[in-house]
Amino acid sequence: MDLNIVWFLLVGVLIGGYAVLDGFDLGVGSLYLFVGKTEEEKLTLLQSISPFWDGNEVWLLTGAGAIFAAFPLVYASVFSGFYLAMMLVLFGLILRAVAVEFRNQVQTAKWRQRMDFLFFIGSFLPALLFGVAMGNIAQGLPLNDLHYYTGGFFALLNVYALLMGILGLFAFLLQGSSYIILKTEGELQEKVRRIFQLIWAASLILYILASLYTFVAMPSLYINYINKPWLLAAPLLSVIALAALPLLLKTARYGMTFIASSVYMIGLIATLGLGMFPNLVPALDPKLSLTIYNAASSNLTLKTMLIIALIGVPIVLFYTIYVYRVFRGKVDINIDGY
Amino acid sequence: MDVVFLSRLQFGLTAFFHFIFPPLTIGLATIIAIIEYLYWRRHEDIYDQMARFWFKIFTILFAVGVASGITMEFQFGTNWSEYSKFVGDIFGAPLAAEGVFAFFLESTFVGLLIFGRNKISPTMRFVSSFLVALGSTLSAFWIIAANSWQQTPAGFKIEGGRAILTDFFAAVFNPSTLPRFFHTVDGAYITGAFFMMGISAYFLLRDKNTEIGRRSLRIALIFAVIAVSGQFMLGHSHSVQVANTQPAKLAAFEGLWNTQTHAALNIIGFPDTDKEVTHLAVGIPGILSWIVHNDANAAVTGLKTFAPSERPPIQATYWSYRFMILAAGWFALLVLWGAYLLARGRVYKNRLFLHAALYSMLLPVLVNETGWMAAEFGRQPWIVYGLLKTNQAASPLAAYQIIMTIVLFVLVYSGLLMGVCYLVIREVKKAMGEAIGQPGSSGK
Repeated sequence: MDLNIVWFLLVGVLIGGYAVLDGFDLGVGSLYLFVGKTEEEKLTLLQSISPFWDGNEVWLLTGAGAIFAAFPLVYASVFSGFYLAMMLVLFGLILRAVAVEFRNQVQTAKWRQRMDFLFFIGSFLPALLFGVAMGNIAQGLPLNDLHYYTGGFFALLNVYALLMGILGLFAFLLQGSSYIILKTEGELQEKVRRIFQLIWAASLILYILASLYTFVAMPSLYINYINKPWLLAAPLLSVIALAALPLLLKTARYGMTFIASSVYMIGLIATLGLGMFPNLVPALDPKLSLTIYNAASSNLTLKTMLIIALIGVPIVLFYTIYVYRVFRGKVDINIDGY
Repeated sequence: MDVVFLSRLQFGLTAFFHFIFPPLTIGLATIIAIIEYLYWRRHEDIYDQMARFWFKIFTILFAVGVASGITMEFQFGTNWSEYSKFVGDIFGAPLAAEGVFAFFLESTFVGLLIFGRNKISPTMRFVSSFLVALGSTLSAFWIIAANSWQQTPAGFKIEGGRAILTDFFAAVFNPSTLPRFFHTVDGAYITGAFFMMGISAYFLLRDKNTEIGRRSLRIALIFAVIAVSGQFMLGHSHSVQVANTQPAKLAAFEGLWNTQTHAALNIIGFPDTDKEVTHLAVGIPGILSWIVHNDANAAVTGLKTFAPSERPPIQATYWSYRFMILAAGWFALLVLWGAYLLARGRVYKNRLFLHAALYSMLLPVLVNETGWMAAEFGRQPWIVYGLLKTNQAASPLAAYQIIMTIVLFVLVYSGLLMGVCYLVIREVKKAMGEAIGQPGSSGK
């Protein structure tokens, strides 16, 4: 296994880690207006994610940093090519950050309403657009010989990409709702349990639709699976996790429900990533595709960053687990913070 | 409109806005860690109250710093794709290290302190505050290392039109990294200290919340004395490094046109780019030669050595540097005055000093900005000094796209700035037992 493959996997781990962790708070944000009706419910929802969202977002920063460092040509091509879409994600994340931090600083209903809306839209937009971006990349982009994207903003809103966007959105919603179920009790929990079942049913339908669409129209995405059938472990993992969800919920194993939802999310990302390998940004003209080799940094840089990661990540895991342990258990808005 | 100009404008605006906050939070985090240390050792309630109050202010500033920081990382790719391709092999590793070693540390423990303060012991509170300060300082290190590589590239070779890493430590510790890191972090300490001094002075002037005011003023003032004194040495070592590695930049800082021995240290003057002279230049003869070469007889390179197209924009570089230098003089006077009053036990009652501290509260923020502007204008026309010109580095975007996002940034950031000011003022008033009107509740 060469360093390029190692970094392909590590970037996958970072994207997966981001999707699982920021996934639950983006999910909570996207459900927020529909689930949180009373002020107490809203406070509980906010409180459940407040200590974590910032640390979770660092996964995005680190993931983007890792792509910049390991595959600079991908970073340059995708970020500039998806300019307006990237900026929409960015403004979403900024408004969301500010809404979470500033909402409870002021007591008036009007201020809180505005912040609630910003929190929702700032969570919903990225949750939807991440999948849209993935869908566009997966189906191949029109790139020129400098690897720049030549389509416009509206070309990004095609059927396949939107389908993947909604599939992704519902995966975030599964994350968010299983997290709320885990962290709350009583009426709020009961309400979200019901919504969870709807989200689950929708996810199942979307998963089948997306698989069929890919099977019929995107042969380039499953060649790897035909050549190396053991890779099918990834889609199998997400199918098993998805199938297990209602059972786990029914038997009130909420920790396991959240884990299964996370596994489903990771399975989705792995399925797409392994299908594209070794391409990172497939081009319509395969000669122009950005791969883990022609888009990569030098071996020395990849090696240096691997050392940085091997030293840094265990430390990060150590204190992240410590902090999650401090906040374990149900949310109580009368004790925590504010 | 010119796409390179628009991308520069957007980057400049968003970086200017972002750079208001990190120096404030690095400085405040460090002083808060000191206060938490005092609480941990002495168990006096007053330190607990102080830590809570200042940490509350810190979190407001921190939130906007984080939110506006994401923009910076995105923009290298969105607006400067040619630059990203060129430096990716070098720039990426420090950025990744910043994520792994600094961002996680900072944000995880800020979250713990905001929401878990009541669940952890005073010892753990001190440790967490210390880790927040450490994380934000490490973050500054990595981003300054990356930026310094743009100023004084090292540890690389050029291959296929891209810079390729040959020596990681030579690249990270390139000739300007350490001088710029110490200079910038000490600037952050001054910024945090002046901010705390200003608000404390306000408490004392209004004769409210005076116990927190007195203690905070004392700690911040002592901290400021040390930081300002240190800056004379650190600023000096940075300017020596600039003289050695980027002579065109130093010449623009000083408005020095002709290469000369016994060069004067400029205090003020009016550079004239057409006639290539600096009018009404007031300076101290020989001192510039002596400062940068340790010898008044040594020659300092002037701007005329460089073709006009290779010179940085003189006015912008000169005046932003000038602002920083003149303000530094005022900082020195202010903290000396404060130290004298503190020694005589009169600092809490001297209304003139308290007013001066209050009105100087945000001056270091402006000085950070102008120092950064001097450094970046002075690097032009290069984006990577000597290797890549700024006008070759931008993404091939359509002008209307950038104009749209500039408008959005101006709107969103103006809102953020108003929000921050409102919330900080509100915390200060609340600490004095006063309420102020809330948005949306006007006209009773």
